[in-house]
Amino acid sequence: MCLSALNPNTRAIVPGAPKVQQTTELQRPLQIPIHPQLLTLRTSQPTLEHHGTGYDLTNSVFSPDGRNFQVEYAVKAVENGGTSIGIRCKDGVVLAVEKIITSKLLKAGANKRIATIDRHVGAVSSGLVPDGRHFVSRARDEAASWRSTYKTPITTKDLASRMGGYLQAYTLYSSVRPFGITAIVAGWDSELELPVDGQVGSGPSIGSGGKVEGMTFGGPGLYMIEPSGMYWGYYGAATGKGRQTAKAELEKLDLAALKLSLQDGVKEAAKIIYVAHADNKDKEFELEMTWISNLDGPTKGRHQEVPKDILEEAENLAKKYLEGEDDEETKDDDKPAEGDKMEE
Amino acid sequence: MNHLPQAWGRPRDDIYGAYDSSYLQSHGPNQHTQQPIVTGTSVVALKFKDGVIIAADNLASYGSLARFTDVKRLRTFADTSVVGFGGDVSDMQYLDRLLTSLDTEEAYSSSGHTLNAHNLHTYLSKVFYKRRSDFNPLWNQILVAGLDGESKPFLASADLLGTTFSSPSLATGFGAHLAQPLLRKVAPDEEAAAKLSKEQALEAVKESMKVLFYRDARSLDNYSIAVITKDGIDLKENEKLEKQSWAFADQIRGYGTQIN
Amino acid sequence: MEFGTSGMLNEDGIHVDMDRLKKGEVNLGTSIMAINFKDGVILGADSRTTTGAYIANRVTDKLTQVHDTIWCCRSGSAADTQAVADIVHYQLGMYATANNRPPTTQTAAAMFQELCYENKDRLSAGLIIAGWDERHGGQVYSIPLGGSLHKQSYAIGGSGSTYIYGYCDSNWREGMDEEAAVKFVKGALREAIKWDGSSGGVIRMVVLTQKGANRHLYLPDTDYAVRHQ
Repeated sequence: MCLSALNPNTRAIVPGAPKVQQTTELQRPLQIPIHPQLLTLRTSQPTLEHHGTGYDLTNSVFSPDGRNFQVEYAVKAVENGGTSIGIRCKDGVVLAVEKIITSKLLKAGANKRIATIDRHVGAVSSGLVPDGRHFVSRARDEAASWRSTYKTPITTKDLASRMGGYLQAYTLYSSVRPFGITAIVAGWDSELELPVDGQVGSGPSIGSGGKVEGMTFGGPGLYMIEPSGMYWGYYGAATGKGRQTAKAELEKLDLAALKLSLQDGVKEAAKIIYVAHADNKDKEFELEMTWISNLDGPTKGRHQEVPKDILEEAENLAKKYLEGEDDEETKDDDKPAEGDKMEE
Repeated sequence: MNHLPQAWGRPRDDIYGAYDSSYLQSHGPNQHTQQPIVTGTSVVALKFKDGVIIAADNLASYGSLARFTDVKRLRTFADTSVVGFGGDVSDMQYLDRLLTSLDTEEAYSSSGHTLNAHNLHTYLSKVFYKRRSDFNPLWNQILVAGLDGESKPFLASADLLGTTFSSPSLATGFGAHLAQPLLRKVAPDEEAAAKLSKEQALEAVKESMKVLFYRDARSLDNYSIAVITKDGIDLKENEKLEKQSWAFADQIRGYGTQIN
Repeated sequence: MEFGTSGMLNEDGIHVDMDRLKKGEVNLGTSIMAINFKDGVILGADSRTTTGAYIANRVTDKLTQVHDTIWCCRSGSAADTQAVADIVHYQLGMYATANNRPPTTQTAAAMFQELCYENKDRLSAGLIIAGWDERHGGQVYSIPLGGSLHKQSYAIGGSGSTYIYGYCDSNWREGMDEEAAVKFVKGALREAIKWDGSSGGVIRMVVLTQKGANRHLYLPDTDYAVRHQ
């Protein structure tokens, strides 16, 4: 969606002001009609305003203490979503998501939550699933647009920057609401020199002259983008319901040292999703996992699903780990046989 | 010389003739590509028992000038298909980028690749036809080699007009005249091609490349060759023609009756 | 000379540059080249601009900067190549500020290629892009008339280049030091100037390395022996 389609002139409802209904109708003659009942509700029931004292009813209006409540509510939507994590390993990146099964009538393994953005980039999000879909769609457009302009793949960092800018714009206008997701973007930027897309020929057989010695380029990239549009690069990223648990687990891994291998990263990721799910036991879930290895690795720099056998092995290890932990901590009721869920 | 302001910025009429202002008019037909500039010559391909072999030399010519001698004209797609390009190199590069974006879009779905060589050929031929219908053709002749939906050997051609053709052996450009008859001898029909071994097919294709080097003035003895089977693509991009025959030149004296 | 619409390439394919010019258009008759060497790249060019047989400019600078250490050599229509170089100059400046890092030679080559390819029916521009960047060191790209993109160890272009294919092929060595590389470029351009009526004047060079851009100038009246810049 193009931002110019958003109308910056859309007038805000004056929060908490008297005669809201009248003001609104005067100022928004051609706007999307607001259901009269909603307005009556709002003006006649001031108790509903206790969250943001009326400053939370629209984007583009600050509260007196400098908060954008719509963004904060978007974060709440994220906090209710299934846990997503990303781990930056020395030879690749892993993405994993706890996909809560909302209905037994859904086909196992269908409705993927991790998407490929460009061949070397993947993304996952926690929060409102349709918002995540739109994020993916825009990210694909950004990646394709970069490719057609510069004839080279977009770096993970540049993609994160562009998506950060895109999400931020959805905090500025009263005609839109912020994204109800926090997205994790993972990619592998080629460590080798890439040709310009389409080029032929290869230059000197001994390589180009004048390269700076000892510099390395490319490698794993992992970024997390919040509803505010804020984004940071992470060694390990977690969002969604189980993020606190997941972060605690991620911190144990000393990812900053960049010593964890991708193969081990997959196992850790599975474990972390299972551990994080332990706080949310009443709901069943599927583990979805993708990875991007370096050019020598199993995916040759491409974003792909973790193959079934490796995924199952990682899940079995995760379950075994959890059982061990259960024995140590509490002798609770028998856990449901979660292992059967994935194989239907 | 004429120093009047009317003449400023214009070529001198006494030297260049009156300026033909029709060049400034925008009416008349839109003109797009009217000729290929940097060009590749033939592509040859032959089906065999387990797959297809395709080859093209590494030359990009600029008129008769052998300008670029390291141009790889075979492009793999999805580890199952190879496209060989003849004709304009800039359009080949455009199609290469188009296929890259197609490959990226393919990767969006987790089911992975669904396009086989047959699908790829259909897609490319429609691109060609669309562009010629816009009076802005992509100046290429291509061969698409690989496996079809039933994992059987697939080989077909498409060109700048959107014309398509399929046969157990195919060759574009000069190759259509020189190589095709040779290839038809080893594989006159599908049944014959289905009996060819990889070695027999390789030999026929390499022989074709050699004949083309002998007789095509826009060819090179450096070439790329790919063998596509169920096991994947074996692509070699820097092959040198072997076992050429030139020594008989010492038997040749004069142009008829001369003895020494 | 009529503006050709026959669609045929001349048999030698070389004078196609001339054919594509509109009537009276200023032509960079030209000998241009760029080479890779041990520490980066060197661009070189003659300085003759002609309209027909008249030398419109005898001290032309055909080496054009589009970013700090990314330059190009222009051949074909002076107006077209200047316009294209100006656009890329602007785009690379924007790239550097927007992304907070200098563009690579590849970025520049991609931009030049896009312009030349998408406007092939309106341009007569034969360009050589050469640049140095941290990641790739020195790189040389050639973009001939149709707008294809060719990475090369060294590239030669313009009408004069046809006379020096043999010289360059025989004398080219990979990984030359700066002195040998300058000698190679100068030797090649001297031959091109000698045999091509549309090339002439001084020899200009730009050496692009980690240290930046460094200009050279050699004059015909001192037999191109003394460096004047």
